[in-house]
Amino acid sequence: MSENSLTKDEVKHIAKLANLPVTEEEIIKFQKQLSETVDYIKTLSSVATQGVEPTSQVTGLKNVTRTDEPAPSQTQEEALSNAKNTHNGFIKVKAIFNEQT
Amino acid sequence: MKTYEPIIGMEIHVELKTRSKMFCSCSADWFGKKPNTHTCPVCLGLPGALPVPNKIAIEWSIKLGLALNCKIPSFSKFDRKNYFYPDLPKGYQISQYDQPFAINGNLKKVGIRRVHLEEDTGKLIHQGDSTLIDFNRSGVPLVEIVTEPDIHSSEDAKAFLQELHRIIRYLDISDADMEKGSMRLEPNISVGTGEVPDYKVEVKNINSFNFVKKAIDYEIARHKEILEKGQVPVQETRGWDEKKAITYSQRLKEKAHDYRYFPEPDIPPLIFKEKEIKRAKDQLPKLPGDKRRELKELGLKDDDIEIIIDDIATLNFFEQALNVVRLSGNREISAQEIANWLVNKKINIDKQNPKDLIMAIIAKKQNSQISSDIVSKAIDKVISANQKAIDDYNGGKTGVIMFLVGQVMGATKGKGDAQEIRKLLEKKLTYG
Ligand SMILES: [Zn+2]
Repeated sequence: MSENSLTKDEVKHIAKLANLPVTEEEIIKFQKQLSETVDYIKTLSSVATQGVEPTSQVTGLKNVTRTDEPAPSQTQEEALSNAKNTHNGFIKVKAIFNEQT
Repeated sequence: MKTYEPIIGMEIHVELKTRSKMFCSCSADWFGKKPNTHTCPVCLGLPGALPVPNKIAIEWSIKLGLALNCKIPSFSKFDRKNYFYPDLPKGYQISQYDQPFAINGNLKKVGIRRVHLEEDTGKLIHQGDSTLIDFNRSGVPLVEIVTEPDIHSSEDAKAFLQELHRIIRYLDISDADMEKGSMRLEPNISVGTGEVPDYKVEVKNINSFNFVKKAIDYEIARHKEILEKGQVPVQETRGWDEKKAITYSQRLKEKAHDYRYFPEPDIPPLIFKEKEIKRAKDQLPKLPGDKRRELKELGLKDDDIEIIIDDIATLNFFEQALNVVRLSGNREISAQEIANWLVNKKINIDKQNPKDLIMAIIAKKQNSQISSDIVSKAIDKVISANQKAIDDYNGGKTGVIMFLVGQVMGATKGKGDAQEIRKLLEKKLTYG
């Protein structure tokens, strides 16, 4: 078992945020796997970072932008080609209401 | 009796009218188009697609920030705001978290906390047991303006929003058309009883200034009633029902907004030089506040100024008309006169040009000159042709004046105003 184990509730919370249904067995399985992942990331803490500027970028690039020129889009057919269900040019999913989340 | 103080802040979303979307080259002109015809791998969130920010959208956000007296930090970046909802194909929205383009501004004594840039979501249509998704709007540049909770009445909230709307229209960065949803208003409201309230209620997606005012009034009354009973209103998000003119609970479980923001790794940071920001500031167009001052200096009435500056098309028309007068060297037409015509909507600015307005004013003046000449000649004629009536009048039978007015009206074929003619006649008969 990893040193900083995630709780079952944390696993459930993460699953809920990703809208994934998980079974009790899966929760136990992911609890172990996710905890190991978090531990692995913690390896980074061993690096001495004193005096190093914090950054979220490693490429050294900046100000990469594009001019405001429209270009042709995909066709509706292409756009819908990966959708499981469609209706009159729309992608169709099971009803989702804000009120019920 | 406790005193209650409403504490109101605003969040405003404004869709920019760029030609292309925020992070891809799809056309941003989504309104009324066939569903899912304005998409590509980037705005559909397909794996491997690379978002590249639209330069104009960034410039316009900074422009808006400057117009709202904000500070523009030299370093800015995009972040991912993670949430799972079908209006977002990627599972996150590219937004700005801790380093937005503009911070710490103010407008009409209301603090502007931040102005940041993000992407709009797709449109959802709920239909029975299914939800239909159109991604044409997904990825259209969306600016969010967040104020400090510095507003204390629904009237002030409305006035603030109207001024913000004007500024956006003057900057020409958005249609800010609330009917089409290109400007969306979300007030957050709490009512304090001396100390800072520990709750706030947000009312979502209102699409008119009047509805914002009504929703705030409704909420203030509702909160007072609850506070009166010694309770605290529930912190929640509410919807606005415009038919019933009430707000309603959306029964959202108050999720600890678990958006797990992190820096967008695909987009390098944006860094601005001080001189670039200064140049942008120098290039700002004249804003409603500037125009208010200019029109005041022309001697216009305050009420008229507000009507003229409210709509940039009316303002442009007014200024062009004024220019026509100046160029023609005509000194008889005052700025206020032009304003009167515009304010009383005697001219349709969509169909006529400023020159037409000036011609109309000149024609009206000449006409009234001509008709006053005709009337005065007719009066002289009537007086000399009706000696008996004049004698009666002078003898004290003042009622005969109406007969004389009728005679003048007849002679001028209805030109001129009866009241006016009566006055002129009386003057003439009394003083000769
Ligand atoms: Zn696209």
